[in-house]
Amino acid sequence: MALLSLQGVTKSFGGLTAVKNLTFDVEAGAIISLIGPNGAGKSTVFNLITGIYMPSSGSIVFDEHAIEGLKPHSVAARGILRTFQNIRLFSHMTVLENVLVGRHARMRSAAWDCAFRTPFAQKEERSSDAAAMELLEWIGLSRFATEWARNLPYGMQRRLEIARALASEPKLLLLDEPAAGTNPAEKIGLMKLVQSIRDRGVTVLLIEHDMKLVMGISDYVHVLDYGEEIAHGKPDAVRHDQRVIEAYLGKGA
Amino acid sequence: MLNSLVTWLPFGLSRYTGRQVLFGGFIVLALLLLPIVDSNSSHVSAVADAGYILLLAFGLNIIVGYTGLLALGFAAFFAIGAYTYAFVASPQLASPAHPDGYHVSFWLMLLVSAAVAAAFGVILGAPTLRLRGDYLAIVTLGFGEIVPQLFQNLDKWTGGPDGIAAVDQPVLFNYHFGFNPTPYYYLYMAVICICLVLLANLRNSRLGRAWMAIREDELAAEHMGINTMTAKLLAFSMGAAFAGVAGVIYAAKLSTISPSGFDFNMSIMILAAIVLGGMGNLSGVLLGGSIVAMLNFLILPQASNWAHAIGASVHSTFLMNVDLTQYRFMLYGIILVLVMLFRPEGLIPSATVRAELRESMKSPEVA
Amino acid sequence: MFEIHNCAPQFIQQLINGVALGGLYALIALGYTMVYGIIELINFAHGDVYTLGSFISLSILGLIPLATISNPTVLGLIALAVIILAALLCGIIGVLIERLAYRRLRNAPRLAPLITAIGVSLILENIMQIWKGNSEVSFPQFLPDHWHQIGGVRFDDRSLMVVVVSLVCMILLNFFVFHTKLGKAMRATAQDRDAAQLMGINVNSTIAWTFFIGSALAGVAGFISGMYYGTTFFLNGYQAGLKAFTAAVLGGIGNITGAMLGGFVIGIIETMTSGCISDQWSEVAVFAILILTLVFRPSGLLGQQLPEKV
Repeated sequence: MALLSLQGVTKSFGGLTAVKNLTFDVEAGAIISLIGPNGAGKSTVFNLITGIYMPSSGSIVFDEHAIEGLKPHSVAARGILRTFQNIRLFSHMTVLENVLVGRHARMRSAAWDCAFRTPFAQKEERSSDAAAMELLEWIGLSRFATEWARNLPYGMQRRLEIARALASEPKLLLLDEPAAGTNPAEKIGLMKLVQSIRDRGVTVLLIEHDMKLVMGISDYVHVLDYGEEIAHGKPDAVRHDQRVIEAYLGKGA
Repeated sequence: MLNSLVTWLPFGLSRYTGRQVLFGGFIVLALLLLPIVDSNSSHVSAVADAGYILLLAFGLNIIVGYTGLLALGFAAFFAIGAYTYAFVASPQLASPAHPDGYHVSFWLMLLVSAAVAAAFGVILGAPTLRLRGDYLAIVTLGFGEIVPQLFQNLDKWTGGPDGIAAVDQPVLFNYHFGFNPTPYYYLYMAVICICLVLLANLRNSRLGRAWMAIREDELAAEHMGINTMTAKLLAFSMGAAFAGVAGVIYAAKLSTISPSGFDFNMSIMILAAIVLGGMGNLSGVLLGGSIVAMLNFLILPQASNWAHAIGASVHSTFLMNVDLTQYRFMLYGIILVLVMLFRPEGLIPSATVRAELRESMKSPEVA
Repeated sequence: MFEIHNCAPQFIQQLINGVALGGLYALIALGYTMVYGIIELINFAHGDVYTLGSFISLSILGLIPLATISNPTVLGLIALAVIILAALLCGIIGVLIERLAYRRLRNAPRLAPLITAIGVSLILENIMQIWKGNSEVSFPQFLPDHWHQIGGVRFDDRSLMVVVVSLVCMILLNFFVFHTKLGKAMRATAQDRDAAQLMGINVNSTIAWTFFIGSALAGVAGFISGMYYGTTFFLNGYQAGLKAFTAAVLGGIGNITGAMLGGFVIGIIETMTSGCISDQWSEVAVFAILILTLVFRPSGLLGQQLPEKV
């Protein structure tokens, strides 16, 4: 059974069909990429999975439970975390606090514990602090722990967003164009990072425009155009698919 | 040395540096001595009344400062707390079965009224908290208008515009508080200290971070697994609970309450306090609340007296009769406008709010 | 305390009163709705500009020896002149408020200008308190007043004037917004400020004009409310403003026709509550409508549902 499975998912806004009858599986432990020209409906797919949109029809099954129609916070609690195309950090909280917010779903302190700082809350705060610091160490941001998130340079903000998402120990991580706006050196770092995220046991679903990155790390690629899947396969097969070339370059190319 | 001693302190005080704890301790000590040094009971009473302003400011700070939700009719929760106590601690609900009305313990009612106010926070919040910020502000304003109106109109139970008189005053181990302001002063101090500790705990907890995340970016917060609706409801009900506690002590100290004490002006005064001090920041809220309370209870009445004296010596009838307290809302208005325009972070900003507000000011006007 | 009278006999009468009151609310509501439509600000001070309108009219009237004039045509012309002057002055004050208190905060988080607007409202109220005192001020009833009877319903010239003046203002406004260049600029700026600017629209002056027109209408409302009630009071604008804002929300905020409709509905509901239950419940009724509208149909009667931007 696949970790995530989309079955005939369609989403239309009024007369416009943004995603049409999309079916694909994400196997646990894989790095899967979703590519396609601008406006192909890739971000809509993320919004459908994370619960911003309700599919017009079709089902989304995660870890053997239907998740379509769940609220975003419930989706996150079940183990699907995401990053955003344009970075959405809590810019005026510290780097550490951002990661701690990411641990929210893994913490159990109730309002009562928080107000009275009960032994349970203290213990949980300590272990969360430790886990968050370890994660920052791992991703290379620990020395900025007390900086405001907004003071980090752009590339590090991208990394922080990933750390924040990983803090909740997700089973599936959705990365929305993580390489956008990064320089070539950072891109290589990012490739390594995505691979080591998978090595931590987290499955990765990736939207990306940078073909070198996609082809370099993906186990499997799905290509969307106008909301429909036009090709899927291993990176090498997709790269030479006639319809994919047409979608990107136009007919007759 | 100091810092290592601090680590032994309970209630999460161990977070602070030795100097911070020392400074706080010094202020507490000075305040403890005040009623002994200054025997003028009207001064003590005025400083004690600052207590409910501060408690209200603490409550509103959770909603506005931490969570970024503007609530304009906050005095409604204050009213609910005060009336809840007055109903069951006065002859108001006297009936043949209970000819003296009900007289429930003040100390018990501190908790009960907090819970009742919190429940109303949930009742108001549940349907409205999904509204956008400015709509929420107006809905809470409408609620703030309706609540005192209801207390005024339902005169069969509430005493109408005259309100409820002969509200019980607290008794502690056979000591009767009566109308002497000093015990209320110490009571307020104790409650404020407890509330401060609670607020500081919340600020650095799972819930406090969730509130701030909502203030920063609600959508991203939701995607991090925060049930934003629950978190906002908790902010609303906890803020309301502070107001409920304030209402009980207020009603007991005055021993009489009427709907007019809980109108929009009260809500505005509290808003001015937290805006002036700095939203989302505990020291700021303490400072802002203290300044507004002092203006209200001490400085403006005193200034009026000076104006009368000056008026008498220069034979100005205007100055002789001027009542400066009438114009306090002009002052609050000026505070709101000037602070928002020139120092949106307040006098003592929380680092967080400062940057957020400054940044948005930087983007140039549409030329 | 709470009993429902048999109000059928005065039903039509209350309806007429409600329409007059509604005209007043509609005029004020227009200012709220226009400003909200263009800069998404609840201009809390707007209700006080309305009170300012009646105080300004009062002061102008004080300069005229009304008692010595008996020719109804001349008195009518004086009324017209006072309306126009009050509208102009209120319009200018509205523009000044925008320039001094709101413009700087146009790109700030939405709560900042709202808090500022509350501050401006408090300042205006206190200035008026200092200016005209703490108690109700009587407003000269210089126009001849006749009662008319049609069927069993009585109404006087004053109610008629309120309805006629507010309808004329609304028709003028509608023409202005939908058939002039500046009106088009306003609608464009309301849709998308940046795009409007790129199209060569002077956004600052368009917003200033919006404030001018909204405040001028409040000035007109200030004059006719003085004529209608015969008194005015420095705090009138707070309640009236909230009710007019409720009208704007009920009609669909940002929607001019909606504001007019909402104004009349709120006016009628208020008089009906007063007539059939009691005065003291009319406010509760109006605010309950405000809350219920925002909770169940935030887009109002005529507004369209806008999706929240993700």
